[in-house]
Amino acid sequence: MLEQVDLTQVNWARAQFALTAMYHWIFVPLTLGLSFLLAFFHTIYFKTGNEEWKRLTKFWMTLFAINFAIGVATGIILEFQFGTNWSNYSWMVGDIFGAPLAAEGIFAFFLEATFFAVMFFGWNRVSKRFHLFSTWMVAFGSNLSALWILVANGWMQFPTGMQFNPDSARFEMHNFWEVLFSPVAISKFTHATSSSFQMACLFVVGVSSWYLLKGRHGLMAKRSIIVASVFGILSSGFVAFTGDEAAYTVASKQPMKLAAMEGLYDGEKGASIIAMGIVNNTKEVGDNQDPFIFDVKIPGLLSLLAKRDIDSFVPGINDLVYGNKEHNVIGADERMANGKMALANLKAYKNAKELGDSASAERILVEFNKYRDDMGYGYLNKPSDIVPPVPTTFYSFHIMVILGTLFPVIFLLFLFFAKKGTLQSQRWLLNLGLACLPLGYIASEAGWVVAEVGRQPWAIQGLMPVSVANTNLTTGTVQTSFFMFFALFTLLLIAEIKIMMTQIKNGPEEN
Amino acid sequence: MIGQLDLSTLQHIWWIIASLVGSLFLFLTFVQGGQTLLLTLASGDDEKSLVVNSLGTKWEITFTTLVLFGGALFAAFPKFYATSFGGAYWVWMLILFTFIIQAVSYEFRKKPNNLLGTPVYDTFLFINGSVGILLIGTAVGTFFTGSAFVLNEYNQVTWQTPFRGLEAALNFFNLSLGLFLVFLARSLGGMYFVNNIDHNKLTEKCRRSVWVNFLVSLPFLLYVLVSLIVMKGFAIHAETGEVFMQKGKYLMNLIGNPVIVTLLAIGLILVIYGVVVTYLQRKDHGIWFGGVGTVLVGLAIFFLAGFNNTPFYPSSFDLQSSLSIANASSSHYTLTAMTYIALAVPFVLGYIAYVWKLMNARKLTLTDVINDDKAY
Ligand code: HDD
Ligand code: HEM
Ligand code: HEM
Repeated sequence: MLEQVDLTQVNWARAQFALTAMYHWIFVPLTLGLSFLLAFFHTIYFKTGNEEWKRLTKFWMTLFAINFAIGVATGIILEFQFGTNWSNYSWMVGDIFGAPLAAEGIFAFFLEATFFAVMFFGWNRVSKRFHLFSTWMVAFGSNLSALWILVANGWMQFPTGMQFNPDSARFEMHNFWEVLFSPVAISKFTHATSSSFQMACLFVVGVSSWYLLKGRHGLMAKRSIIVASVFGILSSGFVAFTGDEAAYTVASKQPMKLAAMEGLYDGEKGASIIAMGIVNNTKEVGDNQDPFIFDVKIPGLLSLLAKRDIDSFVPGINDLVYGNKEHNVIGADERMANGKMALANLKAYKNAKELGDSASAERILVEFNKYRDDMGYGYLNKPSDIVPPVPTTFYSFHIMVILGTLFPVIFLLFLFFAKKGTLQSQRWLLNLGLACLPLGYIASEAGWVVAEVGRQPWAIQGLMPVSVANTNLTTGTVQTSFFMFFALFTLLLIAEIKIMMTQIKNGPEEN
Repeated sequence: MIGQLDLSTLQHIWWIIASLVGSLFLFLTFVQGGQTLLLTLASGDDEKSLVVNSLGTKWEITFTTLVLFGGALFAAFPKFYATSFGGAYWVWMLILFTFIIQAVSYEFRKKPNNLLGTPVYDTFLFINGSVGILLIGTAVGTFFTGSAFVLNEYNQVTWQTPFRGLEAALNFFNLSLGLFLVFLARSLGGMYFVNNIDHNKLTEKCRRSVWVNFLVSLPFLLYVLVSLIVMKGFAIHAETGEVFMQKGKYLMNLIGNPVIVTLLAIGLILVIYGVVVTYLQRKDHGIWFGGVGTVLVGLAIFFLAGFNNTPFYPSSFDLQSSLSIANASSSHYTLTAMTYIALAVPFVLGYIAYVWKLMNARKLTLTDVINDDKAY
């Protein structure tokens, strides 16, 4: 279909998407989580009428607004980037992919935008009750926007509820509910939101720890810490649970991603999880090198997590590339052959149609349908193309999981000492709390790197590699826009951090 | 009931919905127009604060309407989304850039230690209100003047100029439409301030500026209207589906469709009335006439481009690559599902209006701005 693909251009377009998405994701999780924390704080103020809680709510609201503004600024680019840089993708799957984006606008963004103004400026303009309602609507609206965009993203990881239409050569939706309630979408939504709550709690704990270390605003800081730690513990449980669910869906829908996450080259029964490890960077698919220079394994656990059965077989990278008869794994080599058949038949079908030869067209179509499911593989050059960058995926996954185990412990410690009333004197813990602030961001970004790098080379799993999804642009054009975004976003990020730090330094009185 | 509609009806419904969102956006550009007045009209910190804080509760609605416009086109007319955004790359990129810098400016401009300083953020707001709207206008202009692109057999777009859409700004028709929108937005911005701000000196200046900006916009509007009437238009042959150039095509669309003429006429009258009540009669509610009028004019323009066998995104380079609501839409299933989703739109409009009413019940005064620690 695409005869000459300019790979450097595709890679620049990928870099641009990664850049803009990762910038967007710096701000989004804080919005998702802090909006709920604001709702909690605001509710406590509403119930108690205590001015201290109002001051506290307003303080966090200031930080929220600074973050929100730049979150919105980075979001608009993503929305339009599907058209500008991935126009072939947009055309081929617009029927399915555009719908959640439009729904997001109608259902979620307007809620956010409308009630944000009330939450922020409404203190003296609307009734107290309506004001509180607005704060809750902001939380509800932002998380609803996460739902729709993650449905869209989930669909790319596990395309469902659609059919390929050979006449238009496009994918068309045939079941909206399947798209909305796909297991991948659900696990993405629950995991991305709960992990964002967790991250926002770390943010609040971190900033409050700093106040306690400086001996300022002690009461406000302690109150914030208590609310955030309770919410943080609850979210952590949810993060672990949904993370496990995410790994399970990855295992069944994207086995190659799972293999890369664990650096598993040769599949095995009772496969073990690497608790810690250093990847051997010279390892290639199919060679005999050890994939790890150093590793600590927990036997059987991967099989348990991936298949819910400790003795089950988990396919490795080599199995997925070259096939494994014994365990019924079809290799990419075989799928590539199928895919080429599918593409050839599709072309023949189109020709027959143009000649008005409907009898042959019918016959070719039957043939095409046999190979249809492997169509995406037809664009690949060699079987090992289906392997994503293993070290990146592996490290990101392990960083996320290690941090995910650490965070609930932090929250528990904070809560414990806060109850005991000795928080102020636990300087080690306060320092740790401060250190965890950036770690929350790292875990969150790492999660996306797992999800997105781990699904390479596919834009849509199994159906469309990224090289087919792109727009016909020159490398120079994409490079230019990449650097424009890089410069602008970095500039704005620096401004944001400076403003944020100054607001934190000034503390609640100055706000 | 929606499930029974045929494809063509759904395509028409979705062109109407997209047009409505686009036209509401044009009305809401009073925010952008207001931003340009910040530099050219408001003097002193007090007036500037009033202007920014008055817009501060509204800019997100405009922004989100633009986002929804994009999303709705993506879902309903994906071929347009792919062709225009992927093809006219640089125009869209620049438009988006002006919205990025807008979004941060309200929040950042007065905050201590904000890296760039207030004047830079105010300039950002000005650029969004001027360059941003101008480029959007030229992009809409290409609905009538066409763009230089070709679609291959797999509908992949190849743009024929290295400027990727920026060349549209060199066309006098497109430019006039853009400039008209810029000055209309300024005029609407003035009307909005008059409605929302309680500050005699500032609102006096606003009234004058409503009038002046409207007068300046008129020649551009006239040029656009006259050109539409006399220019050759892109037409689709009803039987063969072939695209060809037809003399007086848009005039025929106008005459042939009383709804469009009515929308256009009433819209223009309302806008003029809004200007007149604001400037001559010293009333405060001109924005509602100006706003509704703008929406109606916008609808007329979009309907003119999309209905009556007219390709709304024509290719001047290869006529047969042109996009129409019939060949650019998504499938019957998707349009049906989307129509159910669109049933939420009146509800959304409802709560926006309700919140607007609550928040604007009392005019914004200097004391508000000084007392509110959240002020921009
Ligand atoms: C604070 C951030 C954070 C933390 C502590 C965790 N995660 Fe996570 N993870 C994310 C933030 C995140 C994320 C950014 O939200 C991702 C990216 C895509 C997604 O849906 O969520 C993600 C993705 C993601 C994926 C990939 C899903 C896919 O590709 O579809 C898996 C398998 C896990 N996570 C598993 C876990 C496990 C087992 C954790 C251990 C407790 C864990 N995550 C903690
Ligand atoms: C590539 C995918 C994405 C696109 C196209 C996108 C698009 C957008 C757009 C257009 C906005 C501005 C909305 C407005 O007008 O108010 C925005 C903001 C937002 N987006 Fe995204 N987004 C993407 C990824 C995500 C993800 C993965 C999430 C959450 C899981 C998310 C959550 C949000 C939130 C909460 C906001 C509010 C502003 C803020 O960040 O504080 N977005 N996004
Ligand atoms: C906001 C959170 C997100 C982050 C941090 C993120 C991160 C990334 C990264 C790191 C890449 C580059 C992978 C590579 O090329 O090796 C990428 C690519 C991409 N992502 Fe995401 N992603 C996010 C959300 C989304 C969502 C919600 C969607 C779709 C709805 C999406 C669609 C894409 C597309 C189309 C590409 C380019 C094609 C590709 O390389 O596969 N991303 N993203």
